[in-house]
This record gives sequence, structure tokens and C-alpha cells, in this order.
Amino acid sequence: MAYQSLQEIIEAGEIQKIPFWKVILLDDMNERSVAMEDSIQTMEKMWRAMADASDAYDGSLLSHSGLVGKTGAQMETYRQNETPLCGDFMAQVIAQALQMGESNACMKRIVAAPTAGACGVLPAVLIPLYKTGEVTDEQVIEALYVSAGIGQVIASRAFIAGAAGGCQAEIGSASSMAAGALVHLRGGDAQQICQAAAMALKNLLGLVCDPVAGLVEIPCVKRNVIGAVNALSCADMALAGITSRIPPDQVIDAMKEIGESMHVSLRETGEGGVANTPAAKTIREKLGM
Amino acid sequence: MNIFDILGPIMVGPSSSHTAGAVRIGYITRTLLGCKAVKAEIGLHGSFSATGQGHGTDKALIAGLLGMLPDDMRIPDSFRTAKEEGLDFSFRHAQISGAHPNTAHLKVTGSTGKVLEVLASSLGGGRIMLNKLDGIDVNCPCENPTLIVRNQDKPGYVAQVTSLLTQYSVNIAALNLHREKKGGQAVMVIESDQPVPSDIIRRLESMEGILKVTYLMSREEE
Ligand code: SF4
Repeated sequence: MAYQSLQEIIEAGEIQKIPFWKVILLDDMNERSVAMEDSIQTMEKMWRAMADASDAYDGSLLSHSGLVGKTGAQMETYRQNETPLCGDFMAQVIAQALQMGESNACMKRIVAAPTAGACGVLPAVLIPLYKTGEVTDEQVIEALYVSAGIGQVIASRAFIAGAAGGCQAEIGSASSMAAGALVHLRGGDAQQICQAAAMALKNLLGLVCDPVAGLVEIPCVKRNVIGAVNALSCADMALAGITSRIPPDQVIDAMKEIGESMHVSLRETGEGGVANTPAAKTIREKLGM
Repeated sequence: MNIFDILGPIMVGPSSSHTAGAVRIGYITRTLLGCKAVKAEIGLHGSFSATGQGHGTDKALIAGLLGMLPDDMRIPDSFRTAKEEGLDFSFRHAQISGAHPNTAHLKVTGSTGKVLEVLASSLGGGRIMLNKLDGIDVNCPCENPTLIVRNQDKPGYVAQVTSLLTQYSVNIAALNLHREKKGGQAVMVIESDQPVPSDIIRRLESMEGILKVTYLMSREEE
């Protein structure tokens, strides 16, 4: 990508008088030497794959290890029969995040965004919003360009892999991407998009990657929930005009610094954090690992 | 890295490195073999060995060897498909010094009796590195369209191959030469910006002293 910072994307949009998402679209056409329709078609394919993955959720499945599954269905039942504290919309978001995380663990087809472990965050906010009828497919596709642009800046300035920078790099980045997408869907401008992205990432700084038995299951599935919920609250803050005192690109750089100083046991090795608890050790032994 | 490395790939879970990358390693091995695989002896190194089962790395590698791509919904059932298609496989733990933590060594036999050895690593995000081909270093990321030409190590081949590519206006992005020993077998790894027309491949194959030409399409063409 031609842009190394969110600031550059904002400026490019101002100069050309085009929205954030279009800056990313044009950059993709240039980067991969493709026509506009081709780029948009590929993005449409991603959106359709997300929706299909959501439809394909099977609430009766457990993962190969038997450690995760069914909670997405459980949350959905609760939402339909009780009065969730978070309200109905947020409960849908939570259920969707769990479902996508579980589908991933159960070897179903998903869209990595930016990684497979964090694949539930974006669909968890986009699908319930889409279902309200408030946004069109075209708008969601624009929003996906926004999130891809944010993700790409994070990937080029820092990292998006738990092994490189902890879970802040996966769920944190996904949350940041989702926050930007939401602001776009609610009519926010490029500044607000970047503010939301910055706040979302900042809130998850320091999050370690500590998968039990090295599997993308515990705590990954439920971390998709915090990624999604955090994205919604940060998007609302940005739309309310609240800003991050630390400029967005500097937040990304802080993420990099934190990730680099994170102990290796907390970077996807499955050796530290919740992966190092007595319960996790018992699970490991049972799995013969 | 383009935006669809960030939003994507569409893949069967749970892990882009341990599942999607493993499928691609199997798939590329199958392409390099050039025919149906009937036997596969697979060594898993590092994290591939430690967490491979839980991540379906084993099923993913076999799925790739059967010609499936990372988004194929049949991946979880690949062992059964292998049985149906007559692919006999085995896994073992392998300790490969200096290898990336997610590395597999595949020794595959094709239906024609041909045997191929591949060493490849999964780098994350579904991206892979083909480290060795029959023991010869190739270090090829298999992202761009790639021609792998095996020839006798004699002067003149590079010029012949590159001039042929120029004739067809295929721009070379990277060219690497490797050989097992002087005068032995050599491998030319050519990454190009454009897809390579099948005409080129046919003409290369008919050149004297060229033992084998394999074409790996870019990820998008797949
Ligand atoms: S804990 Fe690690 S493996 Fe799990 S989602 Fe976070 S970064 Fe990915």
C-alpha cells in the first residue's frame, strides 16, 4: 500500500476530495493493477463469505479438542428469551462474535479479518447492523474498504499476528478495523474513522496472546466479543465527537512497542497467561500435548 | 501484502498459519509433482508437530495434496477422501535443524512412480515459503506466478529462458538460481509480474537439457 499512516490516508482524501474508503479502493486498484469493478467484486465476495459463514453456524458442534462450541447458540437463546443487560442489539453482536469464533474452531469456512482467530469481530458488528435494514450491501462493502485500510496501516507500522505482537495485534487490530467501519456506516468522516480506530486499539493495548494448549479456542472465541463490543463503543464515542488525545498513528506505534517487549510466553506459544493456569495444564495433559 | 491479505483469505479454520498455510503447502507439492499423489510420508516440525492435530494441520496438508484450496469445505474430511482416492499417507514428528517453527517435510510418490521431496514452511496469514525441492534450496514464496525450471547445470540456460520470457512480454520480478553441485542438477526459480502463457511452458519443456518445468500460478489465479 502507498500509505504508511492513517494521517496520509486522511490527507489523500482531503486533496482528492474523496472519502476514506475510496482512497483505499484506488490504492488497491493501483497496487494489484486491477479495474475498479474487479476490486469491488472481490470485496463483495468477502462480504458474501462472511454472511455465508454466519448462516452456516452449527450450534451443535464442538471443536476437535472438544473445548469450544455451542456458546453462540446459548447466547442466542438467552437473547430471545430474556432481557439482556446490554440490550437486544448488543446481545446479537455478542452471539454473532461467539458463533463466528466457534465456526472457525470447528473447521468451518470463515474470512480471516485480519486473522482467523479474530474472524468474529467484523461480522459481529456488521451482520446485526445489516439485519436492521439500516445499511445496504454497497455501504457495507465501502465499510470493508475502510477496515482494510486501517488494518493495512496497522500491519505495515506494527503487526497483525499474535505470534508477533500478542492478542492486541489480532483482536485489537480487528476491533480497530471494525470501529472505523462502523463510523463510516453511520456517516462519520475520515477524521472520526481514525479516531474510532485509535480509541478501539488503545483500549486493547497490552492484550496478550495466550491460547490454551496452543489452540485457537480458549481465550480466542470469547475475545472476539470484547473486540466487537469495544468497536461499537468507540465508534459511538467518535460519532459523539470524542477524540483520542494520542494521535491514531502514535497509538499504532505504541502497540508495536508493547508487542515487541511482550515476553515470548505471551505471544502465541501457549506457555503463559491463561495457557499456563493449572486448568490449562490439565487440558493439555488430557489432549496428550 | 494487499488489502485482501488483511480482509481475507476466505479459509477453513481454525488457523491461517496451521490450517490455510498447510493446505497451500500440500497444494503446491501436488502441483510440483505434476500428477496424482498415491503415497505421502510427512514429517511435521516444531509447532506444526506440537499443535498440528488440534489445528487440523494434518488434514489440511492431505487436503492440499488432493488438490483442495484453503477455502474448500471438504478439508475436515480429507482423510476419508484420501482413502477413496487411493492416497496412502503417514505422519511423523520431524526435528529439522534451523527450520521455521511451522515446517513440513513431504516425500510424495505420484501415480507415475515419480518421487518428490518438498520442505516448506507456513509463515502466517496463509503465506508460505517453499524452502527446498528434492534437497535443493529454492526459497520461493509462491505468491507471484512462478516458473520452476530444472535443468542440467550448463552455461546458457538462463539466457535462453529469459529471452523466451521477453519475447512474450512477461516481466521477471525475481530470478534465483540454485544447484545441488557443479555440473549436476540446477533449479531456476523465476517469479513474474504477469501470468505465464502455456506456450512458454511448452516451449521450455521441449528445450534440450531442460528436465522439468513447473508453473505455480499466483494466489489470485488459483
Ligand atoms: S489469544 Fe492469540 S491466537 Fe487467540 S485470538 Fe488472541 S492472538 Fe489469536
